[in-house]
Amino acid sequence: MNKLVLNGVGKTFGTGGKAVEALSDINLCIAENELAVIVGPSGCGKSTLLNIVAGLEQADSGVITMNNRNIEGPGADRGVVFQSYTLFPWLTVQQNVEFGLKIKGINAKERQEIARHYINLVGLGGFEGALPKALSGGMKQRVAIARALANKPEMLLMDEPFGALDAQTRLIMQELLLSVWEKERTTILFITHDIDEAVLLADNVYVMSRRPGRIRCRIQVPIPRPRDHRSTVSPEFSAVKKEIMEMLWEESRTAANER
Amino acid sequence: MVRILGRNIYSTLTLSSFTFILLMWFALSYSGAVKELFLPSPGSVLQALGEMHEEGILVDYTLDSTYRVVVGWIMAVIVSIPLGMLVATSKKAEAILTPVIEFARYLPVVAMVPLTLLYFGIGDLQKFAVIFLGTFFQLVLMVSDVVAGVQRDLLRAAATLGASRWQIYRLVLMPASLPGIMDSLRITIGWAWTYLVVAELVAANSGLGHMILKSQRFLATDRMFAGLIIIGLLGLATDLFFKWLTRVVVPWNEKAGGKA
Repeated sequence: MNKLVLNGVGKTFGTGGKAVEALSDINLCIAENELAVIVGPSGCGKSTLLNIVAGLEQADSGVITMNNRNIEGPGADRGVVFQSYTLFPWLTVQQNVEFGLKIKGINAKERQEIARHYINLVGLGGFEGALPKALSGGMKQRVAIARALANKPEMLLMDEPFGALDAQTRLIMQELLLSVWEKERTTILFITHDIDEAVLLADNVYVMSRRPGRIRCRIQVPIPRPRDHRSTVSPEFSAVKKEIMEMLWEESRTAANER
Repeated sequence: MVRILGRNIYSTLTLSSFTFILLMWFALSYSGAVKELFLPSPGSVLQALGEMHEEGILVDYTLDSTYRVVVGWIMAVIVSIPLGMLVATSKKAEAILTPVIEFARYLPVVAMVPLTLLYFGIGDLQKFAVIFLGTFFQLVLMVSDVVAGVQRDLLRAAATLGASRWQIYRLVLMPASLPGIMDSLRITIGWAWTYLVVAELVAANSGLGHMILKSQRFLATDRMFAGLIIIGLLGLATDLFFKWLTRVVVPWNEKAGGKA
């Protein structure tokens, strides 16, 4: 069953001579429980695409539906994890995770239980009372994931959430996301420019073209689950990676020649 | 570099800069290198302080001045914080208010002192007006800058967690602006002291500025120095108080408790 459908979505920034077409005729179907990853060269509009799905930006054309309902504006049914650290620094880990639940009007006891569950799920049990300033970058993103999931969203949207982390931490976070997803099976739309990350995580990798961004193709990742860092050395991994790399390489080269 | 200094070394350095100034003062005045009329000795300044205390004006004038600063400044704070937030969050408010404020803030308050005297006489109300005019316009712009500078992704994150516009305003924008607003308050209360002294120098019946001006007529340099020292100490105390208050109000701030 299709969870998220984008049909002919386009977006242009600015007007007149300064107008820049960021997205052009984006068509995308993401199935229920799918872990979908979009990769594309930098500046291809992939973050814009995610922001449109999140309702933080409006498309100029096309239709976006989730569960067959049009998306209008941001909402708790689509949790977002941003690349920048977005924990509320004046709230503790626990209070951060409870933020959305409090807005929904869930009572304190239930809130606490739900928050505990997700804090433990991301491996931060014991840090409930800590303030964000005491956490490392990786830990902050774990809390951000817990905070988004605690809201029980229909979809989780992730905009290069591990982009600011060092290589070691990134790998740990990727494994953590895989294990969380195995348990929760929330539909995820994940954006990255890191091909390894895309292949390790995705059911399907959607490769975007250079600007104006289009979905060039969908590549199924046949690596069996559950996956972990060892999956990255399998022959299937290399094959898929090579395919994506060649496609992106072509895009970047054409983009460079056009400049 | 400051960050790697130990706490002890830091306080020792602070203390030694004050000690140096004191020693210079002792040396220049007691050696007779500078005339007593221009630079009174520490002893005679202390004596002046004692006399003023006996006359009952030391505490009274200090309290008068402090009262004027605090009331005038708080009036400016109360009006400017909501306006600053409004300017930062509403394009319409920005269009209406910003040009006027930009114009007004370049009018030197000192040039408006005669007008305030005409409107409000020489009482406390005129002092409040001078301080208000001197800090209000700047505060609106400082607060609006702080609010506009709140990380946009924090607001977006709140929106994606289901917060309404008003909830984002109240639960995210306001707390996120607090550290910057505390900084603005600390800076502007310093200016408030300057404007008050200016106002008191021009016309007043009491207050530290008034005392300094009166002392000039009698060439009582020791009293002028005493007044300056008290103003300096009050400034120092205010600054320390605000640093402490900032740590209490926004203990979560990354910068809180910073370098000291």
